[in-house]
Amino acid sequence: MKRVLEGSHAVAEAVRLARIQVISAYPITPQTHIVEILSDYCASGKMNARFLRVESEHSCLAALIGAQSTGVRTFTATSSQGLALMHELLHWASGARLPIVMAEVNRALAPGWNIWTDQSDSLAQRDTGWMQFYCEDAQEVLDTMLMAYRLAEMVNLPAMVVLDAFFLSHTYEPVDVPEQEEVDRFLPAYVPEFRLDTAHPFALSPLVAPNAYMEMRREIAAAMDEALERLDSVEEKFAGIFGRRYGAVEAVCCDDADIVLVTSGTVTSTARILLEELRAKGEKIGILKIKLFRPFPVEAIRRALAGAKKIAVVDRNFSFGATGIFAQELRAALCNVPDHPPVFGFIAGLGGRDITTEVLASIVEQTKTADAPPAESIWIGLTEAAYAFGRP
Amino acid sequence: MHLDVLDQELMCSGHVGCPGCGATIAMRFFLKALGEKTVMVLPACCWSVIAGPYPQSTLKIPVIHSAFETGGATASGVRAALDMRGDKDTTVVTWAGDGGTFDIGFQALSGAVERNEDFIYVCYDNEAYMNTGIQRSSSTPYGAWTTTTPGTDWKRLRKKNIVEALVAHRIPYAATANIAFPEDLVRKARKAKSIKGSKFLHIFASCPTGWRIPSEMSIKIARMAVQTNIFPLYEVEDGVRYTINYKPREYLVREYFKLQGRFRHLTDQDLDAIQEMVNEDWQLLLRKAGEHA
Repeated sequence: MKRVLEGSHAVAEAVRLARIQVISAYPITPQTHIVEILSDYCASGKMNARFLRVESEHSCLAALIGAQSTGVRTFTATSSQGLALMHELLHWASGARLPIVMAEVNRALAPGWNIWTDQSDSLAQRDTGWMQFYCEDAQEVLDTMLMAYRLAEMVNLPAMVVLDAFFLSHTYEPVDVPEQEEVDRFLPAYVPEFRLDTAHPFALSPLVAPNAYMEMRREIAAAMDEALERLDSVEEKFAGIFGRRYGAVEAVCCDDADIVLVTSGTVTSTARILLEELRAKGEKIGILKIKLFRPFPVEAIRRALAGAKKIAVVDRNFSFGATGIFAQELRAALCNVPDHPPVFGFIAGLGGRDITTEVLASIVEQTKTADAPPAESIWIGLTEAAYAFGRP
Repeated sequence: MHLDVLDQELMCSGHVGCPGCGATIAMRFFLKALGEKTVMVLPACCWSVIAGPYPQSTLKIPVIHSAFETGGATASGVRAALDMRGDKDTTVVTWAGDGGTFDIGFQALSGAVERNEDFIYVCYDNEAYMNTGIQRSSSTPYGAWTTTTPGTDWKRLRKKNIVEALVAHRIPYAATANIAFPEDLVRKARKAKSIKGSKFLHIFASCPTGWRIPSEMSIKIARMAVQTNIFPLYEVEDGVRYTINYKPREYLVREYFKLQGRFRHLTDQDLDAIQEMVNEDWQLLLRKAGEHA
């Protein structure tokens, strides 16, 4: 049924439809709408789930690790500082091979206090063994949540479904909310591969000596590879029931493109508008939307960019002392491809600053006019004001 | 003396605890009291090692090892999942050291008991970070040497009164226990199991390695901690009803202190001051229990 929902509501509907049994969360803007609705669903009996109102994000993820280890499907949502506080437990979840799914509303990290969208929070967690999906609109959020559970439970790895603060979490859009029986067909009841059970005692996450630790790490790596292989079949099944699919990446008009804009999240929608405008003027622009960040879909990216002449990566994040993170990953993916196109790295929209079609047009223009990319990132739209602390 | 507990051993021999380790004695009695329908959360502590390296396990119950500061939270999740699965019979236990309870895990513990989660939180207290090599915790008593309170910089701060902190949460049951008093320990473990909501057991568990005592003195010294009133045996129901389980004072503080290398540096004057503190704490406890000296 079509309903007009916020991105946050789309997450909550997916959680309801996935028949989550234990939810835990700690409030942080802009994640709060998700947990408010879920609290309501648990209180009213619309969902048969326990909602653990814990005293911190750290305890939140610890509680879910306990719950998922005991054999139930779990959910949490967080943002920014909350995700940073969870960092230690992100490793515990993936190391214990628990398919926990989290909605992560991208928000900038303090200081200064900033509640607006920025990918630095989730991208800082790239090496924690969690899958990461970056969503463009509310429908994709709902659909991706369901697919994330399916895939996570297949490979026993946790997954993060990422959505931009406000641009997606608080924006109302028409969303097709599927029927419960359809979702049940796609996502059957959770059957854990292992659980804490007094009839079959074992020790989960014990001391592991050097003789076995490395093999366990390799198995996590292999599970990530497997997730990448299985995503297609998960999407196939999803499309068979719901008629929608997204791909690990989406290439728009890349085959003949002189410049391909590489985007993630809601910026992609803005880029689609610019693409129409520029294509109408005869400018050969393409878009490569990267949805799946972990595991990183290297082959799909290489295929999509095989015909591109120049690549411009839009990063709403920055790794201090290096470059934008999507740009880094893209360069790493392409570096062994002979005669690969040059990669320009642009930093835009940090701390929730709007990335308009004009911003993207300026990125396209700068890419077009430059012969080769500079080593450093190009920061877009900086004002003259100096915010240097401790210097006159 | 016959102790009315399971004949079955839920803890295996061959573990890697130090000789005379009080924490292993505490675990053995506790599990004999609780039985096999128990799931245990083990945040980082000596028992993370004693429980055995993969693929072995010292305990014949399901164990989930967890991050240091998550004892209260992880157990909350296990309990919630058992409830959702319709399993009301299994007891959830967090088994943590003093560091994981008094210090780094205090927030998660406070959160869990404020929510009155239905579980037993056991702190086996060896009065310092023993697993990492004897560093002071907020459970380390006044006067003690540790590797982070060395030489003349011995700890001049009182031990945190963790039971009173838990009692302040008005939880259904909080009690102290001691490895030298197994009947009392077993009774309290069973009582905790029979009560719904959050239960806290504070078990005094001597550490020959960290306390600089011979391993064969482990039980004697633990017993003396009670007999000096340094570690009184008592229980508190619903945050208000105090019962003191053992009263006679048989030793002076100095006799307990003189047996332990960790207190070797203390002067008679220091020991007098500590005796005063112990007396004061005991009087306070008596008043709470509605009794008089």
